[in-house]
Amino acid sequence: MSLLGHYNYWIVVVLMMVGFYVVIDRGNLLKKLIGLNMFQTAVFLLYISMGKIEGGTAPIIWEGGGPYSNPLPHVLILTAIVVGVATLALGLGLVVRIREAYGTVEEDEIREQDDP
Amino acid sequence: MIAANLPALQVVLPLAGAPICAILGRRWYGWLIATALCWATFAISVLLYVQVAENGPISYMLGNWMAPWGIEYRLDRIGALVLIIVSGIAAVSAPFAFHSVHAEIPEDQHRYFYTAFLLAMTGLLGMAITGDVFNLFVFLEISSLSSYALISLGRDRKALFASFQYLILGTIGATFIVIGIGLIYMMTGTLNMADLAVRLPAVAGNRVVDAGFVFILVGVAIKLAVFPLHLWLPNAYAYAPSVVSAFLAATATKVAAYMMFRFVFTVFGVEFSFDQMQLSWLLVPLALIAAVTGSLVAIFQDDLKRLLAYSSVAQIGYIVLGIGLATQDSVTAAVVHLFNHALMKGALFMALGAVMLRVGSVDINAIRGLGARMPLTMAAIVIGGLSLIGVPATVGFITKWYLVIAALETGWWEIAVIVLFSSLLAIIYVWRIVEAAYFSEPSETGATVTEAPWPMVASTWVLAAACLYFGLDTRLPVGAATEAARALLGGTP
Amino acid sequence: MTDLLVLRVVVKLLIPFILLFGLYVQMHGDYGPGGGFQAGVIFGSGFILYGMVFGLETMERVAPMRLIGVMIGLGVLIYAGTGYVTMALGGLFLEYGLLDHHDPSHGQHYGIFSVEAGVGITVASVMILIFHTFASRKG
Repeated sequence: MSLLGHYNYWIVVVLMMVGFYVVIDRGNLLKKLIGLNMFQTAVFLLYISMGKIEGGTAPIIWEGGGPYSNPLPHVLILTAIVVGVATLALGLGLVVRIREAYGTVEEDEIREQDDP
Repeated sequence: MIAANLPALQVVLPLAGAPICAILGRRWYGWLIATALCWATFAISVLLYVQVAENGPISYMLGNWMAPWGIEYRLDRIGALVLIIVSGIAAVSAPFAFHSVHAEIPEDQHRYFYTAFLLAMTGLLGMAITGDVFNLFVFLEISSLSSYALISLGRDRKALFASFQYLILGTIGATFIVIGIGLIYMMTGTLNMADLAVRLPAVAGNRVVDAGFVFILVGVAIKLAVFPLHLWLPNAYAYAPSVVSAFLAATATKVAAYMMFRFVFTVFGVEFSFDQMQLSWLLVPLALIAAVTGSLVAIFQDDLKRLLAYSSVAQIGYIVLGIGLATQDSVTAAVVHLFNHALMKGALFMALGAVMLRVGSVDINAIRGLGARMPLTMAAIVIGGLSLIGVPATVGFITKWYLVIAALETGWWEIAVIVLFSSLLAIIYVWRIVEAAYFSEPSETGATVTEAPWPMVASTWVLAAACLYFGLDTRLPVGAATEAARALLGGTP
Repeated sequence: MTDLLVLRVVVKLLIPFILLFGLYVQMHGDYGPGGGFQAGVIFGSGFILYGMVFGLETMERVAPMRLIGVMIGLGVLIYAGTGYVTMALGGLFLEYGLLDHHDPSHGQHYGIFSVEAGVGITVASVMILIFHTFASRKG
């Protein structure tokens, strides 16, 4: 196995770390949410690429078909995507209300207003 | 027909109740629907517990698809105990909610409050009953998303930011769990917990499994608020509406602890977790730091809800300590502390909710002199506080007793000393409350308040009385916990 | 509401096909790729496109938010209701095979269909409601 043999994992890891870094480093709440979404998306990729086998087709069974890719990770990730959408919608809703309450979406300015 | 379907009804009843609540929940109908469903689910969980106690673990195949292909609901002792904790606290919170929600949440949002409350309960119950790790994640997110919404309903604008922080950290935690589940799925090709427990030992030497274990552990630790991943907890509990604080403090962390039990003992097994991964060396020090710093920080809090939240961090430390020591007595202590801590934190947060209703604040200065004005509420706080310290004849004592015995058995007497030291710190912060309530002149607003409405007092006292009752008659919780600990350590899923 | 004539004409032409495709994905879901989640999102996006181009008030005349709110709950109830029906028929939760007493495989079709219908209704309504909630906020 060469270093780039499973290049999908490299993509996943890089995306994951970029997203994670954005969540931790950025003070802007919207950017935090974007980073969080990237982080989750990287996990979707991890699952979906895990189900793929070389030469595998969509698992619609017909005579002479196959080999088939594993459909289960796709189904799982469909659920996880819905969860991700719900999280994002809820997060954005909170940001809208934070903006209405504080007049800003910068973490440090919010903290300053709370305990001056 | 109904008896065979109890495990499904346990989860589906509140799930179906949530949309009904959203559609029909005008005025006080929402409360009525939610209360009825909470009591119904409580009844179901008691029936399930009796079944499990008599006939052993229950297995339920959703859609009659055979495990490990279909989703299996699997209920054993510890799961049944957690179900009782969640639905019991919900059933007690419901009568309490009527006045409290009326005072703290705008009228037009009541129905959505109860919808989210039922969904949070659905998620927590589902997590306790499911035998499928991905299903566990889905229920985890159902409960988390509805708790973020519930917390953001708090009156203070700080609730919004607290909820957002919880959302970020909680999602990171849940995503870590998904990564871990993906990695172990990659190695074993199964998502069923019992099946995983069978297949994992064969691939236990693989580094992917190690990584999966660590991802899941960190994710669960965030949801459980294990020190140093507890930063979301104090704000979230402090600014949430009173009912939400009481319900989540008593149940959410318990179910997260249950996840840790499940993964560490059932899925990965004692041998892998403690011999190969040396989990004790990670969990025990963190638990001890949590027990001491949580209590230490709690001493300096003036907002009583924050004080209790930090005390929760310390109490979670005891649970994690019990898991980390991994002996029969320590796991018994951890399981029984799930039950005990739910009782005492539920009672304490509810009593503070009553104070919030009457005085409008839960600052330490706001409760000055309330011992005479709200005698029943304050007495409940005293009982809960004594339980936190671990005074004999309260439930807190049972946990400490088993923890100290377990620590001495393993030969680490230092642990016992630290647990006792943390209890001494608890005396200080509980004393601050008692001093303010009974030995101070009332403030101006405090001089005119009266006792809270009777449903709130009754709910609080049900839990406070349970703190005393189960402190004296220990057969039920300790018996269940001993059985559960034996099953967990014996590796039977 | 946008003033661009081209956009308005093109969107008017597109929306029927978007909705039709949504329905196709929905109906095809029980024996091909597709299903309630995807169909709901496609169906909802048709409404969202309409709202973006013709204004929220116009969209609300087609899809009043009270109705959308009820639909969200209704979808969940259809899903859970299917489970209750199979339990009432003496089976386990969501045991579709019992829905047809001649041929279990027909029962599987009915069960999947009604569950996916519930999912589709809820997802489409939630998408529309999320869009409306954000778009209608002033300030």
